[in-house]
Amino acid sequence: MSKKNLKRLDLIFKNENDGEVILVKTMARPTHDLINDLIISGLKGRGGAGYPTGLKWKLASEAEGDMKYVICNADEGEPGTFKDREILTQVPHKVLIGMAVCAKIIGAHEGYIYLRGEYKFLLPSLNEMIDDFHVLMNKIGFDFRVKIFLGSGAYICGEESALFESMEGYRGEPRNKPPYPTNSGYRKMPTVINNVETLAHTYSIFKYGPEKFKDLGVQDSRGSKVFSVSGDTPNPGIYELEFGMSVKKFVDDFGDGDAKAVQVGGASGFCVPRKKFDKTKIGYQGKLTGVSLPTGGSMMIFNSSRSMYNVLHNYLDFFVEESCGQCTPCRVGTQQLLLGIEAVKKGERSSEYLDRLLGLAENMRVTAKCGLGQSVANSFSSIVENFKEEMIY
Amino acid sequence: MTEMKNLVKSLADNYGRYHESLLPILQGVVEKKRFLSEEAMVEVAREIDISAAHVFGTASFYSFLNTSPMGEYVVRVCKTITCMMHGKNLIIQELEKQLKIKLGETSHDGKFTLLETNCLGQCHKGPAMLINDTPYTNLTPDKVRDIIQSLKQNDLVSNAATQVN
Repeated sequence: MSKKNLKRLDLIFKNENDGEVILVKTMARPTHDLINDLIISGLKGRGGAGYPTGLKWKLASEAEGDMKYVICNADEGEPGTFKDREILTQVPHKVLIGMAVCAKIIGAHEGYIYLRGEYKFLLPSLNEMIDDFHVLMNKIGFDFRVKIFLGSGAYICGEESALFESMEGYRGEPRNKPPYPTNSGYRKMPTVINNVETLAHTYSIFKYGPEKFKDLGVQDSRGSKVFSVSGDTPNPGIYELEFGMSVKKFVDDFGDGDAKAVQVGGASGFCVPRKKFDKTKIGYQGKLTGVSLPTGGSMMIFNSSRSMYNVLHNYLDFFVEESCGQCTPCRVGTQQLLLGIEAVKKGERSSEYLDRLLGLAENMRVTAKCGLGQSVANSFSSIVENFKEEMIY
Repeated sequence: MTEMKNLVKSLADNYGRYHESLLPILQGVVEKKRFLSEEAMVEVAREIDISAAHVFGTASFYSFLNTSPMGEYVVRVCKTITCMMHGKNLIIQELEKQLKIKLGETSHDGKFTLLETNCLGQCHKGPAMLINDTPYTNLTPDKVRDIIQSLKQNDLVSNAATQVN
C-alpha cells in the first residue's frame, strides 16, 4: 500500500486538447518573450543532463545556418526508464506543440522524433498524431514538418551527437564537443535536441505561464519530473512528482518496507544505500539525479534479498555491450571492470584490487569521450564503496 | 532482377538515395527478410553509392540490424536488471523448452530465433520480451507457453499496435 506522502502532480499527463489555441497565442508573441518565459520557468533538460532549455533554444535561435532542425530525443534506453514511452502514448500532441514553438523560435522547418527501435510498436499511433499535427500546421499557416526516425537498438544513440551520426547513416559514435548541437548538430546545422519530457513541459509553460512551473520544485530544480519506478516495489509505474524530495520520502511511499538501496538515474546513475536515504535529495543541485546520458527519472528499488554484486554485474554487462567501442577508456575500461569484479568474487584477486578498479572507473570519468564512459563510474563507485563486502564475499 | 534487387530498389525509391537513407533502407530489408545478407548489403551500397564496407560497418553496429540469418519470429528477452530480478531466467528456460532451442539459436524449421536484449523500457512490467516488433509484458512461464503456441498455430503475426496488458 502506498502511503502517499509525496504530492502527486498531474501536469504532463493531464488530458488537454487546446494545442491549437496555445499555439496561436504563443506564436503571436515575440520570440525573445518566449525564450524569457522558458528561462524564468527554470526548465532544465529532462533527459538527465539538465541543460537549461531556454538557453539552448536561445543559442540555437542566434546561431547561423542554412537550415535548422528540432529533434525530439525518444531514444529512451537507460535501464529503469520508461516515462517517454508513456508520454508518447498518452500525450504526444504536447510534444509536437513544443516542437512547433521551438521551430518558430529558432527558425526551423523540419523536425524529427528519433524513436528507439524497441518502441516501433508506437509508430502507427504516432504517425496518425503527426498527420493531425500537419493539418494543424497548414491551418495556422506555419511551415513545419515532423518525421519519425527509427533507431535500431543502440543505447549510445541517446547521446545527442551519436544520435545525429545515426540519423546521417553512420555508426552511432559520439562526436567531440564542442561544437555543440546548437551550432553544429544534425547535418552540421544548428539543432535543438530535447528529451520527450522536456518538450511536453514546454506545453504547460506556454499554457500556464512560467511562474506556475517555477513554483514547483526547489532552488535550481524547478517544476515537476516524471519518475519511472521499478524494482522491489508494490507500485511500479510512472509518477509525476515534485523535485526536491528525499530518497527517504520516496522509499516510504514506494518501497516494500525492506529497501536497502535505490538506484537513481539508471545504470549510469548513482546507488543510494539505506543509511543515506535521509540525506539524499532528488534534484539537479545535489549530484544525485538522473545523471548524464539519455534519460532521467529512473528509480530502481532493491530490497535486502538482492545481491548488489549481481546488480553491478548486470550494469557492467550492459555497458560492455552498449559501449560504442570508439574510445579506449570506455571500450577496455568497461570490460576490465567486469572481469575485475568477477576475479575478486572468485577469490582470484584480493579485495584491495577493488581500489584499483575504483581508480580505473574514476580514470574513465576523466578520459572517456562521452557521457556513457564517463558515467560508468557513477554506479560503479557508488555500489562498490557502499557495498564492498557484497563484492568480496 | 533478383528479388533482393527489387526490394532494395523500392526502398531506395521510397527513402531516397542519400546517406541519411541508409538506416531506413536497412531497417526495411530486415523487416522483410529478418536479416541483412551479403547480397543485400552490396545491393544497398550500390543503390546509394557508398562502399559495401561502410554498409556492413554501420549495420553491424546496431543490434536490431542482424547480419546473420534469423527466424521468422525473432524473440528478444530483456535481460536488464528489473526483468532479471523478476524472473527472466525462468522465461528463457520456458522458451528454450517450447522452442527446443538454446539461447542464440534458430529453430530447425526457421521459424523462431531466441535472443537476449538490453532494456526494452518495460521495467515496471517485467519480465518482458519483444517478438519482432510487439512487446509482451508481465510474463510468466504459462503465459510464454500460450504465446508461443498461438504463434506456432497462427502463421501470420499481426504487428498491430500494442499487445493487451
